Amino acid sequence: MVNFIFQRVFQTIPIMLGVALVCFALVHLAPGDPLVSIMPPDASQDMQKQLMELYGFNKSYPEQFVRWAWRAVQGDLGNSIASGRPVATEVMRAVVNTFRLALVATFIGFIFGCLFGFVAGYFQNSWVDKAASLTSVLGVSVPHYWLGMVLVIIFSSLLMWLPHNGAGPGGSSDWHWDAEHLRHMILPALTMSVIPMGIISRTVRALVAEILSQEFIVGLKAKGLTNVGIFSHVVKNAAPTALAVMGLQLGYLLGGSILIETVFSWPGTGMLLNAAIFQRDLPLLQGTILVLATFFVVLNMIVDIIQTMLDPRIARG
Amino acid sequence: MRKSASLAQSSKTKLSLGILAGVLALAVAQPSLAQDKTLTIAMTAGDIPRTLGQPDQGFEGNRFTGIPMYDALTGWDLTKEDAASAVIPGLAISWAVDATDKTKWVFKLRPGVKFHDGSAFNADAVVWNVQKVLDKKAPHFDPSQVGVTASRMPTLVSAKKIDDMTVELTTSEPDSFLPINLTNLFMASPTHWDAKFKAVAASVTDPAERAKQAWTAFAADASGTGPFKMSRFVPRERLELAAFKGYWDPARVPKIDKVVMIPMPESNARTAALLSGQVDWIEAPAPDAMDQIKQRGFKIYSNAQPHVWPWQLSFAEGSPWLDKRVRQAANLCVDRAGLKNLLGGMMEIPKGTFPPGHPWYGNPTFDIKYDPEAAKKLMAEAGYSAAKPMKTKVQISASGSGQMQPLPMNEFVQQSLKQCYFAIDFDVIEWNTMFNSWRLGAKDPAAAGATATNVSFSAMDPFFALVRFSSTKAFPPVSNNWGYFGSDELDKLVAAARTNFDEKGRDEALAKLHAKIVDETAFVWIAHDVGPRAISAKVKHVVQPKSWFIDIATMTKD
Repeated sequence: MVNFIFQRVFQTIPIMLGVALVCFALVHLAPGDPLVSIMPPDASQDMQKQLMELYGFNKSYPEQFVRWAWRAVQGDLGNSIASGRPVATEVMRAVVNTFRLALVATFIGFIFGCLFGFVAGYFQNSWVDKAASLTSVLGVSVPHYWLGMVLVIIFSSLLMWLPHNGAGPGGSSDWHWDAEHLRHMILPALTMSVIPMGIISRTVRALVAEILSQEFIVGLKAKGLTNVGIFSHVVKNAAPTALAVMGLQLGYLLGGSILIETVFSWPGTGMLLNAAIFQRDLPLLQGTILVLATFFVVLNMIVDIIQTMLDPRIARG
Repeated sequence: MRKSASLAQSSKTKLSLGILAGVLALAVAQPSLAQDKTLTIAMTAGDIPRTLGQPDQGFEGNRFTGIPMYDALTGWDLTKEDAASAVIPGLAISWAVDATDKTKWVFKLRPGVKFHDGSAFNADAVVWNVQKVLDKKAPHFDPSQVGVTASRMPTLVSAKKIDDMTVELTTSEPDSFLPINLTNLFMASPTHWDAKFKAVAASVTDPAERAKQAWTAFAADASGTGPFKMSRFVPRERLELAAFKGYWDPARVPKIDKVVMIPMPESNARTAALLSGQVDWIEAPAPDAMDQIKQRGFKIYSNAQPHVWPWQLSFAEGSPWLDKRVRQAANLCVDRAGLKNLLGGMMEIPKGTFPPGHPWYGNPTFDIKYDPEAAKKLMAEAGYSAAKPMKTKVQISASGSGQMQPLPMNEFVQQSLKQCYFAIDFDVIEWNTMFNSWRLGAKDPAAAGATATNVSFSAMDPFFALVRFSSTKAFPPVSNNWGYFGSDELDKLVAAARTNFDEKGRDEALAKLHAKIVDETAFVWIAHDVGPRAISAKVKHVVQPKSWFIDIATMTKD
């Protein structure tokens, strides 16, 4: 097992190197000037050359890559060109904000997804099933930025019930899990939850239908168990898969959503990426992508290791 | 068994009701919307413009983190709605060029001015602030501030202290535009920066890295001389400013105690934030929401900005625009009133780079107006007809700062010109790519065969409004004379303006230069932006000048 863990960690190194290379290449392949955020459009060609030298962008791409990768290995992702602040600090602050939002969105998605899924699966082909299925299909299909705007118009602009902007009355730096901050989170979290809700709901519906067709359900009925009793057995059997899907969805949401975070000015990784793209802030863009990619690579590695611990056949395979 | 199940069910029901009640309570809880006596502004910027003294994000940066927090040696008069904004004394009370050496200027400084940290503003501070962007050997030299500053004062080379309240500035060539350029050099506190520099960890030994970290710390806790001082900064989320009651100009000591600035790049989000009462002021409201905003009692402010939305024409060999009749025909064939209607009234119809009445407008003989019949006549004389239209390509962007609504506007102009025998094709490129192409010029392969380019520009300063588009010295790659528009006569007019150190004489020379540019029709002038913003009716004494800037210090809030 220890050998497997070492092997798996070792395999991560070339993956990370590839991720770093792709991430560096992608941002440099994009058109535009890397100094656009600190150089006005009317700056002359001479000024552009002078700044390219000062920032080291006049060096060859391999040289720039090696220098950036070497510093990244030591935990230094450089400084944002636009703000001058360390990229690592900027990214970590955004990751925390996205994590908070993703956690609440996944929770909402899980609760409603399970609710719709169990009801639809249990009352298959009834109007309840059709209504729940329609809701979950809508959840997956509706563009969430559009839904976000609709929620903003209804609950913020017209009813004036909920704020839709930012991560709290004073920004995310003084975040607390209190009513005032949660009010800011309701609309973005609801918007973000519709996709996991749809996916969880459809998965659970299929699971419930499958479980209900199994022989032990007939046995339970023969034993005289009530519908509630049978339902509780169905829930217990479906729960592990539903939880696994929820975990996957949380993983996706942790990547942030550029559109949702921009619509709600939520200061997470999506909004940070958006700002980095529009400002052509290459160190920030590279750093954010690298951190998110690393997160997924590490997450996959941990899942592989845990799965192997639980089922040693995987390692042998 | 059944009883326990029923009990469990009942407690679950209670729990569900509890959650529902909690959510509703959250929803209807007393909203912490825009607090009274605090002015909350939603900017169009995606991030808070830099706060260290030389803002980024174009003139929106100067507007929100420059002018409120800092002063420059010279400033803009923002008190008038009906006249062009003029340069006025700022931290300098007077200035004069040396009588014998026109590259040297003496600036007398305003006494008694303090930075927000309590240190005194003096000649040392001016020298220090010039060095921060021009002297690579200075310990506080900051490359990140060079681009946004040095390019806006292209001839300034150094500063020297004469006495505590007098400095000498030197330019690379005689340049009467210097006092105007200096509006872009904001004075940051050297004492405060030194404190940040000393606080950098001793483990950081590289002087450049220490300076960089000191500037980062300064940006998070800045100190200038402006009417507002920084009170709280949450990166990328909000900037809070407090009134600086010790401000040197009694007329601009703020009446509003606190200003909060929030970056909100999405126009619908800004509009919703205004309508829901989360902010008091939004920049550039969503055009479709103007009527709703007015109906809800908010005020829309707009005024012609020194901004030009043109087609800059190529005078390179082979360009169809080399024929003056064609250039004039294009200017006569654009239905600008129709375009204004398309934009819901949010533009001004241009008569040149400057509007009539502006000190630099002059007396052009060519009248820019909508006269398609005259345009058709000129095109016929030039050898074009409906059967044989003038075919050419224009480089445009799909979006971009200051570009207003480039796609529908360009398509409108394209259709408008069609009636006068123009067959225009567009090369739609990404905004930053277009900048690069703009610097490289019409003869470069980056122009992709285009004979005109649609880059909007600011016209606050004579260099940026006129000289860089008309001087042969500004041909690519030196500056932005993309189309190679220039002649000896134009160079003489530029030199006459640049070397005339009498303000009135300089303005007259600039007016002649502008008139010549209009008569030679270097551009197709299409629109001036009007900088629309929507502000709560509670905010009073709002003056929207004919400028990119606006003075928050003189406003009040009920």
